[in-house]
Amino acid sequence: MAAAPRLELVGISKQYPAVRANDQVALKVLPGEIHAVLGENGAGKSTLMKIIYGAVRPDEGQMHWDGAKVEIKNPQQARALGISMVFQHFSLFDTLSAAENVWLGLDKKLSLAEVVQRIAKVSKGYGLEVDPLRPVHSLSVGERQRVEIVRALLTDPKLLILDEPTSVLTPQAVLELFDTLRQLAAGGCSILYISHKLDEIRALCSHCTVLRGGKVTGVVDPRTQSNAELSRLMIGAEPPRLQHLKARAGEVVLAVQALSCPKLDQFGTTLESIDFEVRAGEIVGMAGVSGNGQQELMAVLSGEDRRAPSGSVRLFGQDIARQSPRRRRRAGLHFVPEERLGRGAVPQMSLARNTLLTRTEAVGAAGWMHMRGVELLAARLIERFDVRCGGTGAAARSLSGGNLQKFIVGREIDAQPKLLIVSQPTWGVDVGAAALIRGELLKLRDAGCALLVVSEELDELFEIADRLIVIARGRLSPPIARRDASVERLGEWMSGLWPQPAAGAAAAAAAAVAAEATIGARHAQA
Amino acid sequence: MLRLEARAQPSKLMSLLSPLLALVLTALLAAALFAAQGKDPARGLAIFFVEPWSNLRQVSELLLKATPLITIALGLAVCYRSDVWNIGAEGQFLLGVLAGGGVALWLTTQGIVLPRALALPLVLAGAVLGGMAWAALTALLRDRFNASEILVSLMLVYVAQQLVNYMVFGPWKDPAGFNFPQTKNFDASTWLPNLLPGTRLHIGLAIALALAALVWVFLFRLFRGYQLQVGGLAPAAARYAGFSARSSLWTALLISGALAGLAGGMEAIGSFRQITPHVSTGLGFTAIIVCFVGRLHPLGIVFAGLLLSMMVIGGELGQSRLSLPNALSGVFQGLLLVLLLACDTLIHYRIRIRSALAAAR
Repeated sequence: MAAAPRLELVGISKQYPAVRANDQVALKVLPGEIHAVLGENGAGKSTLMKIIYGAVRPDEGQMHWDGAKVEIKNPQQARALGISMVFQHFSLFDTLSAAENVWLGLDKKLSLAEVVQRIAKVSKGYGLEVDPLRPVHSLSVGERQRVEIVRALLTDPKLLILDEPTSVLTPQAVLELFDTLRQLAAGGCSILYISHKLDEIRALCSHCTVLRGGKVTGVVDPRTQSNAELSRLMIGAEPPRLQHLKARAGEVVLAVQALSCPKLDQFGTTLESIDFEVRAGEIVGMAGVSGNGQQELMAVLSGEDRRAPSGSVRLFGQDIARQSPRRRRRAGLHFVPEERLGRGAVPQMSLARNTLLTRTEAVGAAGWMHMRGVELLAARLIERFDVRCGGTGAAARSLSGGNLQKFIVGREIDAQPKLLIVSQPTWGVDVGAAALIRGELLKLRDAGCALLVVSEELDELFEIADRLIVIARGRLSPPIARRDASVERLGEWMSGLWPQPAAGAAAAAAAAVAAEATIGARHAQA
Repeated sequence: MLRLEARAQPSKLMSLLSPLLALVLTALLAAALFAAQGKDPARGLAIFFVEPWSNLRQVSELLLKATPLITIALGLAVCYRSDVWNIGAEGQFLLGVLAGGGVALWLTTQGIVLPRALALPLVLAGAVLGGMAWAALTALLRDRFNASEILVSLMLVYVAQQLVNYMVFGPWKDPAGFNFPQTKNFDASTWLPNLLPGTRLHIGLAIALALAALVWVFLFRLFRGYQLQVGGLAPAAARYAGFSARSSLWTALLISGALAGLAGGMEAIGSFRQITPHVSTGLGFTAIIVCFVGRLHPLGIVFAGLLLSMMVIGGELGQSRLSLPNALSGVFQGLLLVLLLACDTLIHYRIRIRSALAAAR
């Protein structure tokens, strides 16, 4: 009889208010197996890992550990079983030394000196070089991750979970990490490796469970699958080409030229020499894994971040790089941010008052707000965009995510913008509402508005965009017409591998390597 | 182990009743304190809660004391709604006393007798500018150096107190005042007109009530007020909308400085008619309580101003009638604020008790 699986999940489901994060998920990991969990952002990977680690309780489903049924109520219990997790975001105290950080997470039976010794032993054994006495703030991101891994290893785990571990690593560091993981697996430790990077998974893992929309879409051996096959499992079948009017691209509305902008903090992304334009009457779709500079680019375009070099952002030929969002709005640029509560709307305020964020038609001379006009506008938006709510006086936070999204998108569409920039137009929105929003965006396009739609859902971009661009590590791919694009191609581009222009290709490639080496980006898992 | 867990839907009714609940709890604790001091609790409560309303003279004193509290708290409400934590209204108040009183003193010593319609606006404008200047220091330090406005405004209170002391012990000391640390009495042409004959109540009360209406309009009908509040509630939304956080900081602090300064000026030419080191008994701090008990709303602040004024006067009465320590009034004010915050917390959260064992497992 074969050994019992180290971990087996059966029928795990977790429902959040807006979304079913896990739907009847099954997962089986054998001892010593390196098992990948593959999926797009929002596919339910993180929720599943939190369930295994006891940080989230599933609504239904069972968990078996070494053949015995278990119920993991909290992380302490998970650790007692031998489950260790290395998080995507580090949880180290900057002012303490590496050893002190590790010590904090261990049983208090050991003295600090003993911990230092054990760290030295483990790091030598696995080639994870860490100086236990150095304070964490002096360590590079790669070294910090080694500290996290060493901390996990000191508990002698039987199952090690790594959540997108390579997003902060240089290529060489990734290879070193893989060596360590293979060594661990050879010693009998099972490894759950979460990622959306196909090449890494193929290089490292022998089994792969693919999630899409909270459901398992396949369990495969990644070494025998092509990128296209894995992509299709992860993103879904290539969408049917939707009939929509032929785009009649007009004048250039938005022109971004040589836009570079340093990141604001260590989790941000530096934007590097971004060039693109959006014309009247077309929808440009921007694809990319979140955390590759979308947030930063949106802030620059909306005017929330005004550090862009002058002349790098032009609206109808006018330099707007340093203009405030209100000035840009007056010139016809409207923007829908991806965060609805707290950015697109003030949670505590009524829908009526929330219209005033971007719609000031009802503000008269001397700044007097004509409340009747404000109410009427809110009522119109609610009716036109079928917003289910308790009326114009309902607080923004009392609405469901989808309904608030309809309200915010509606608020900007109703303003009859000349350029509309939308970030994640249908995130967390049900199918019907998503269709409504996409339909309205197309209508706006046909009326001659220029649109830039940023989305992580390739399906959505294929459905509405006329041209596509891909953002990766703060750089932008050349544009590609929708009819020439395919999921496989975009998937490749999303990892930064797009054809370089012949001239200076070598220099660009070198820059790409340098960018990768310095990347400290958070490839955020929402 | 205690854990606070957010309630899905905090009760609206309880949110409104919370100040009342806090008041009842304060009264109960007050009764217990009286008993502990060996005084009759019923009599103690009567002195604090009933006596101040017993006759016209008491009521007029109560209204008189409520005037600066309401005026200052209105400005603080604008600040707090903008997420600007001005704790130094006391200092801005004192600068209003100095600047407004200074104008009145200058007119007096120069022997200039202006018609009241001219003298009063002059004095009060000085007071407003004084308060604004003091608040501007805080705004400047926060804006330029990102210094905490809480600490800066609070520390500037002590500077302001020393400034008052210096002036009345030094340059502005009344030469004919038997060396008491006080200025000359201001000329009658600079006094605030009386509102109720036979009492000390002056038109400052009417000004405070008018200001309450104005602040309401500013907060709920003017776009500027809306912008400030968006910045206070959701800074990212304000950035998205394009409302400048810097301009909000300055606007909020200047408005609250202006109102605190005005309150100081009105006290100087309304009640004291000279400057002494004792022009403030911590009104600027009491006003913070008024502001919160009044739910940061102008109407609520008017009622809360009356309530806190009552407690201040009750404290004075308790001192003379029951020989209770004067600090008791401060204790009650503090209790009221802490209990209010506790009530609010329990309205928004529920307490979950977990044993340490369960937590460890």
